[in-house]
Amino acid sequence: MIYFDNAATTKPLDESIKALNAALLSFGNPSSLHKLGLDAEQLVNKARMQIASSIGALGDEIYFTSGATEADNTAIFGAARTLGKRKRKIVTTSVEHPAVSQPCRILEEQGFEIVRISPREDGFHADDIVGAVDDNTCLVTCMLCNNETGTILPISDAFKRIKKKYPTTLTHCDMVQGYLKLSVKAKSLHADMISLSGHKVHAPKGIGALYVRKGVHISPLLYGGGQERGFRSGTESVPLISAFGAAVEQLSKNTDERFDHVKQLSSYLRERVLELDGGGVNSPADGSPYVNSISIAHLRSEVMLHFLESKGICVSSGSACSKGKKSSVLSELHIRDEIADSTLRVSFSHENTIDEIDILIDALKEAQGTLIEVK
Amino acid sequence: MKEIILCKYGEIALKGLNKSTFESVLVKNVKRRLKRFGRFDYFRSQSTLYISPLDDDIDMDEILEQVGHIFGIVKMCKAIELDKSLDAILNDTTDYLSDALEDAKTFKVEAKRADKSFPYKSPEICTELGHTILEAFPHLSVDVHNPDVVVTVEIREKNAFVNAMKFDGAGGLPVGTSGRGLLLLSGGIDSPVAGYMMAKRGVQIQAIHFEAPPYTSERARLKVERLAEEISLYCGDIAFHCVPFTDIQVAIKENCPEELFTIIMRRLMMEIAQRICEKEQLTCLITGESMGQVASQTMGAMVCTDAACHMPVFRPCIGLDKSEIVEIARKIDTFDTSILPYEDCCTVFTPKHPKTKPSLAEVESGQAQFDFEPMLAQAVENTTFKLIRCGEQNVNI
Repeated sequence: MIYFDNAATTKPLDESIKALNAALLSFGNPSSLHKLGLDAEQLVNKARMQIASSIGALGDEIYFTSGATEADNTAIFGAARTLGKRKRKIVTTSVEHPAVSQPCRILEEQGFEIVRISPREDGFHADDIVGAVDDNTCLVTCMLCNNETGTILPISDAFKRIKKKYPTTLTHCDMVQGYLKLSVKAKSLHADMISLSGHKVHAPKGIGALYVRKGVHISPLLYGGGQERGFRSGTESVPLISAFGAAVEQLSKNTDERFDHVKQLSSYLRERVLELDGGGVNSPADGSPYVNSISIAHLRSEVMLHFLESKGICVSSGSACSKGKKSSVLSELHIRDEIADSTLRVSFSHENTIDEIDILIDALKEAQGTLIEVK
Repeated sequence: MKEIILCKYGEIALKGLNKSTFESVLVKNVKRRLKRFGRFDYFRSQSTLYISPLDDDIDMDEILEQVGHIFGIVKMCKAIELDKSLDAILNDTTDYLSDALEDAKTFKVEAKRADKSFPYKSPEICTELGHTILEAFPHLSVDVHNPDVVVTVEIREKNAFVNAMKFDGAGGLPVGTSGRGLLLLSGGIDSPVAGYMMAKRGVQIQAIHFEAPPYTSERARLKVERLAEEISLYCGDIAFHCVPFTDIQVAIKENCPEELFTIIMRRLMMEIAQRICEKEQLTCLITGESMGQVASQTMGAMVCTDAACHMPVFRPCIGLDKSEIVEIARKIDTFDTSILPYEDCCTVFTPKHPKTKPSLAEVESGQAQFDFEPMLAQAVENTTFKLIRCGEQNVNI
């Protein structure tokens, strides 16, 4: 099987599975006072440090969540509840993941003003984001790297200027598709909050984290036993947390090497796709090489996807989360409807190879020869 | 554009013939601290240490933060290293300093020409650079008396340096220039602060902790190790001694008058600490006591405690209010760890009504009820040792 759907989820690393198994056996509750509890607490805090150091943060700035969706919801509703009495505006973009756009929509129904910045013909401009922020803005929430096209948004520039001008406005970044793929540190991003996901970085599903900069205080989403220093109640999922930490530790050792490898894959893929009759690349040249949005004129995404599946190749049409729905993100990024209809997302991990791309290209050629065109 | 860091010495600069000793200890401390971040070039000139990175991927902001914890440095500047030409200075300065200059309203330029063969004199450099800056940042005006930002140009033998961003250093004297002492580290708020304050005056610190399982938990010991890790950012490597103290505490409880429990315990702790000092060739004890804070820290209690010591006991927090100690603890980032809620050896067995004005005679006769010597020898014998390396965080609590 050839797996080109790493933006949807990734295969857990051996180290991660090992850590998961070990933590399952050391089954104490981290809140228990006895030795078994202490051991579990140590595992949680070790993982916390591993994740903290991967983004240049302090251990105290990392809170574990059930995933990036919970992290996004915590950040957005937390900011709105904490600052929203006086500041009633949220600035975001039109290409966010639903885990960000839906909470924003709910807040809009509750009377918040939501400003959604769209890209210009040549992409996003920091000026547009900064220009939309004013004294009345409680939160700016933008993704770093788009999950459908790999477009990288000028977040660190925008956030830097926003924090300088409006220090009390909170900045939040959904960094899921950029984490451990691009070399980004929390400080250089100028984000008050950052959402991270485990299963996009070769750890299991069901675990994520929210970075909250020291000195920033927002209300929690969940109340209860006061775990995670009162910010995220609920007994810690020690095995998943431990597995998350182990994967991060492993990957943060070679972010640059992996990037270079994937960059090669991406350049090769894009070159080969453009050689195809009707082949096109939707992703910007300066985007993340991990996410590649390509299109084959006149062939429908889903049909191609299932054809490739029969050849043992997993890709995605648009983003996996929206399944069959037409992607509003692609049209926001100025990709014409007929091209959007024939778009595939090929997303890499460091484990993919050039040979696998050759097989994909051959399969696409075969698809062009056998599938019936849809005009 | 290569960024370097300039460190200005504090009072070392005022030392006489000893100055070079202080200086070389400081440089050694800086080198040791920065070793794990990459390779650097160091040179000293006019009470300033220049740190210049030799690898491209070094994050100089992180280096600045690290150097900011090293005692002996009062001010730090980030500067860019430029070719020694007026063109280079004029071209690259505005870009580099844009952050600082955008926020300022007024500025001035200062030039120091160590290399007198440079074809432009200092006032000429100032005029030219001032002009360029005003053109790039029209909102600025020049104020030579009280400017928001001072842009400094230094012309040295090989390169020119331009800086404007000054940061406060940790101050004090280089660790290791004032001898070595043993810090009694309990796990509370005060003792890490005491260690920090003595290290600030150049004392190299080792730490001793008394644990009393099962009355104190493993979490309590880990908490203290964590505190040692936290102050090691300032103090450098810390040798950490952990003394099993349960038997002694039980013996005091069973054999000595209850109201003198704490004082006798303190005396015995001092006794053990002194023996560790002799083994490790340390010359003083350091505690976090503050006058009158609790019953064992009254004048009378401290007199009785010190009577058991032949070594000097330094108490740098003695004249500080709790709120002042907390302020320092927050500054050095030990406060949040200190308030983790685990029992420590000082709080178990505490008497209901401790004596606040004990007389030495009654304390000595109380202590004489039992022969502690074999237990003391055994406690020293069973003391465990761990080296806490500066800047490493291994304790997850």
